[in-house]
Amino acid sequence: MLTYKKTLIVLALSLPSLVNADEFTKADLTQWENEFQTVVKQGRAAFTDPNLGSNGVVCAQCHPNAANTHPETYPKFQKQLGKVISLWEMVNWCLRNPLEGKPLAADDPKMTALVAYITSERKGVKLEAGKH
Amino acid sequence: MNNSRRDFLKQSGLLLAASTLPLSLVEIAFAKAEDNFSFAYISDAHIQQIKGTQFVRNWDKGLMRAVAEANLLDPKPDFVMFGGDLAQLGKPEEIDHGLEILSALHSKPRFVLGEHDFYLDMGEYWAKKVSEHHYSFDHKGVHFVVLNSILTYDDWNNKWSSPMERMQMMAGLDNPLGSPFMVGEAQRNWLKADLAKVDKKTPVVVFSHSPLQKIYKGWNFWTDDAEQVQALLKPFNKVTVIYGHVHQIQYNQIGNISFHSVMATAWPWPYPSTYAKAEQFLPKLTVEMNRADPFFERDATGWQLIDIATGNAAVHYSLAENKPRTVAFNPKTKRPEDSEYQQQRAVTQNHY
Repeated sequence: MLTYKKTLIVLALSLPSLVNADEFTKADLTQWENEFQTVVKQGRAAFTDPNLGSNGVVCAQCHPNAANTHPETYPKFQKQLGKVISLWEMVNWCLRNPLEGKPLAADDPKMTALVAYITSERKGVKLEAGKH
Repeated sequence: MNNSRRDFLKQSGLLLAASTLPLSLVEIAFAKAEDNFSFAYISDAHIQQIKGTQFVRNWDKGLMRAVAEANLLDPKPDFVMFGGDLAQLGKPEEIDHGLEILSALHSKPRFVLGEHDFYLDMGEYWAKKVSEHHYSFDHKGVHFVVLNSILTYDDWNNKWSSPMERMQMMAGLDNPLGSPFMVGEAQRNWLKADLAKVDKKTPVVVFSHSPLQKIYKGWNFWTDDAEQVQALLKPFNKVTVIYGHVHQIQYNQIGNISFHSVMATAWPWPYPSTYAKAEQFLPKLTVEMNRADPFFERDATGWQLIDIATGNAAVHYSLAENKPRTVAFNPKTKRPEDSEYQQQRAVTQNHY
């Protein structure tokens, strides 16, 4: 049995490789993209939801297409908060202040959706953690 | 008096000394001093009702501050303009509350109509309570025209299940289901007839809510028939278009027409260029503002004092949390330029 396995491995290594091992299937890729886009869509819905905060103000009012959220710069030092924070903490700052609402837990599905939407609008922009 | 106000007066004073603009905060001898005048411009208040008599505090405060500061001007401006988007969702409650705040002004303002004032009832309450949608007036040798530039196509107007749905669709700046603004043929014909009575040497100032130039369609920084309106303004020697809507400093020169945007009192908008996926046409001439700091609630908001001394506009921006800026027509280069930052092409970032 052991010999048989070894033989297979040798055989596999010696053949010109036409396919990579464990390649993602088209079905996998489609599912992952769909799952991601579903959450992005939920994020866009939350981003434009007058009931996310308490005063009817929506995120997109100041951030059309999530512009000026610069997710690529997080985590970064926020002088006014006196520490390095992740994007979700800044989202909560906005929820508490301009939206006069309640903050969300870091792993709240709504927070994940908001961060997914914000980040997806900045696709392709290079990461610059710490930058202002 | 707060610091930015003091800076504003100081800079206005300096500017006067330097270029003898007629803001007579200091006495200046002019050949025909009585011809010079200035007016205050307040725009984009977005008064937003929460429920009943509750309104979003942040936007209320922005408008109140502009009103209080404009009232402090000495000498008083000849008139005050309000540049549109008094309300957020066009509700009578929001318009009434906005009018109440504006009623503290020393003089009753003239109004431009914005899309947030319009799409709930297609401007009916506005016409009854606030102002005509488009009109013109003359003041000290200048012909002023107010256009309703936020109209759109009938098919779009009629496709929604309720007036509030239509309003909300237009209220979302980045909503792909919105529709491009336009002045429209009927109003262009009115403008043509209105301008026919005006001497070509008379300075013409047009107030619109949306830019009468095309900057970024995705956020409706756009007027679909901008070129056709510009063509009607072409025969005049000195034309200035002053628009709101964009919540940021923009300026441009197209042929004989100078374009100036005004600030919002409510909140600032990022430049379209900061949206990574956008193709946009922000005029190259514009020296952009700093990115707004959310920790300063009034950062990158403000109002303006405008003078038309030379027949062209000088726009003095009073910015709540930033140094004041002036964008004035430069007769040598024949275009509007920032008096301090035009050469360096960038505004110093002061805080985060």
